[in-house]
Amino acid sequence: MAKGDRGAPARGKEVAGEPAPDFVQLLTPDGERIEKSVGADGVEYTVDFTDEEYRGLYRDLVVIRRLDAEATALQRQGELGIWASLLGQEAAQVGSGRALRPQDMAFPTYREHGVLYCRGIDPIMPLSLFRGVDQGAWDPVEFKVNMYTIVIGAQTLHATGYAMGITKDGKVGGDDGEAVICYFGDGAASQGDVNEAFIWASVFHSPIVFFCQNNQYAISEPIEKQTRIPLYRRADGFGFPGLRVDGNDVLATYAVTRAALDNARHGQGPTLIEAYTYRMGAHTTTDDPTRYRVASEVEEWAAKDPIARVRAFVEKQQIADASFIAEVDEQAKQEALHLRERVLAMPDPHPLTLFDHAYPNGSPVVDAQRERFAEYLDSFEGSAH
Amino acid sequence: MAEKLTIGKALNAGLRRALELDPKVLIMGEDVGKLGGVFRITDGLQKDFGDDRVIDTPLAESGIIGTAIGLAIRGYRPVCEIQFDGFVYPAYDQIVSQVAKMHYRSQGKVKVPMVIRIPFGGGIGAVEHHSESPEAYFSHTAGLKVVACSSPQDAYTMIQQAIASDDPIVFLEPKRRYHEKGEVDTEATFPLHASRRLRPGTDATVLAYGPMVRVALDAATAAEEDGRDLEVFDLRTLSPLDLEPVYESVRRTGRCVVVHEAPSNVGLGAEVAARITEECFYSLEAPVLRVTGYDTPYPAARLEEEFLPDLDRVLDAVDRTFGW
Repeated sequence: MAKGDRGAPARGKEVAGEPAPDFVQLLTPDGERIEKSVGADGVEYTVDFTDEEYRGLYRDLVVIRRLDAEATALQRQGELGIWASLLGQEAAQVGSGRALRPQDMAFPTYREHGVLYCRGIDPIMPLSLFRGVDQGAWDPVEFKVNMYTIVIGAQTLHATGYAMGITKDGKVGGDDGEAVICYFGDGAASQGDVNEAFIWASVFHSPIVFFCQNNQYAISEPIEKQTRIPLYRRADGFGFPGLRVDGNDVLATYAVTRAALDNARHGQGPTLIEAYTYRMGAHTTTDDPTRYRVASEVEEWAAKDPIARVRAFVEKQQIADASFIAEVDEQAKQEALHLRERVLAMPDPHPLTLFDHAYPNGSPVVDAQRERFAEYLDSFEGSAH
Repeated sequence: MAEKLTIGKALNAGLRRALELDPKVLIMGEDVGKLGGVFRITDGLQKDFGDDRVIDTPLAESGIIGTAIGLAIRGYRPVCEIQFDGFVYPAYDQIVSQVAKMHYRSQGKVKVPMVIRIPFGGGIGAVEHHSESPEAYFSHTAGLKVVACSSPQDAYTMIQQAIASDDPIVFLEPKRRYHEKGEVDTEATFPLHASRRLRPGTDATVLAYGPMVRVALDAATAAEEDGRDLEVFDLRTLSPLDLEPVYESVRRTGRCVVVHEAPSNVGLGAEVAARITEECFYSLEAPVLRVTGYDTPYPAARLEEEFLPDLDRVLDAVDRTFGW
């Protein structure tokens, strides 16, 4: 071996995933509750939920999976241009989304439909985006969830700047302090912006939690194309704690996210959480995952399903009975039906609205183009604009 | 109150006033703190306003612009300094895909009232990447406004107007003119997005902005000796362009020359020429001519005088409009 040659890169799974991921887990795939679990940061994590809260988490998980399935179906039927399914990542999104306190701010990618749901955003919002009616126009201030960001990793800097603003406003240091959660994926971890965000957050000691859903694939590229060490360990090099959580475990995800957010709001700076999960579906509806991954791998992850384990747990512990399970299924079905009806009834925007909001103060150039286009539209016989 | 200031000092005074007037105004960039910026435009500001408002950032341009977006969403008004024109490109994605589109994407719910200050243009004998004129990239991007100052008065006034504006604005500063002095009336008012006639004339219209305004004015003085009376405009706002006063001028003179340091291909001059042709077609005695940098990368410093438009090249173009 030549001097300095460290040999061929280790096989990906050995590098980034196996052996057994060193993660925080409070609920096994079989639905066994683990009382306490120690993270890579040396901290012991647990949750103390009431039965009602357990049932609530189960309800969230089931409903968002059903809504997601409806959206996929709507795309297949030509009603959405494209859809980025969250299938398999429900626990990561509900666990982190429910860990937010009302004053916290979230910066999503374009797959955080479950987080939006937890924040009380009408589920039609991401669908109107993927239908092409708008670009995701919920009110980021009202719901404390920024718009979806399509450019991979760009939002991590926005989130960091927002967190810097929290510090400037003096809103850290107490229980009523504010914190930011910033979502991104394993692919984004290779982006310069994400690494710059880590630097900024560290240097300015900002109240932010970087929440990486490592769903193992960036479209077709497996995690070993992005990293030779587990992603959470990158935090070390930037000077803040990082840890990995079982992203298919809603309890553990909640526990670590809540703790990291609380640390942030109390002035203890950033944390990187790597939620170790799996994208059960395609990257988006335009993708064919059978071209780049094997069925056995998908089956392996299907056995770690985030919802089945919660159901097993609540049934075994007699937290929920058959009628509750049936009631949740019915609720999910009704919400999906309602969503479908509203998507189908969604009108196309008026052509002239394409000129709206290009600039806060307007632009004479845009105004002139709008006027000319309106005249052009009016020139068609029987036009009704 | 009027006093004589350099462009650099006028920018400094304008920034100072903006910091005083609005506690949400922040300055951020590389070396803007203790050093006062490599051109000293932010000299003394950190000392007086603290490092919480005048922020030395890590050395990464995308990070500067990206975090400024987040601060703007939070309610701040960041003024970002990009150290040199050629260093803005690492931030290009954040500027073009995020800054420019936030308001549109959110249907008006999110504003990012940011100013991105860029010292631009050549003529300072620098190494590569320190002499570029990137205005066309940003002027081409809907959602951004782009302005260029050329005098101490405009430097003082326009920087404050840009900061007060809710539009995201790329603010171009003629770095080779930073040391030129002029009167600054601190009470002066003139709209930000308006071109300005600097010299009336009857024979041809010359358009310039930023560092080329001085060249255009000198050319007009020289042309006078040849008996030619040139009308000179400082365009000032590159996006949106304010060309109504220019159309009025060209309809009178019938001839127009547009001057910029940036290369000609798909540059500001092309847009200006196209619009003048559309609006003044029957008044034109000659095509609108462009005097620009060449369509090469910016050359080594010992060649930049050949690359940059100067008085003689402007007069040569004016001559050609008369020879048509």
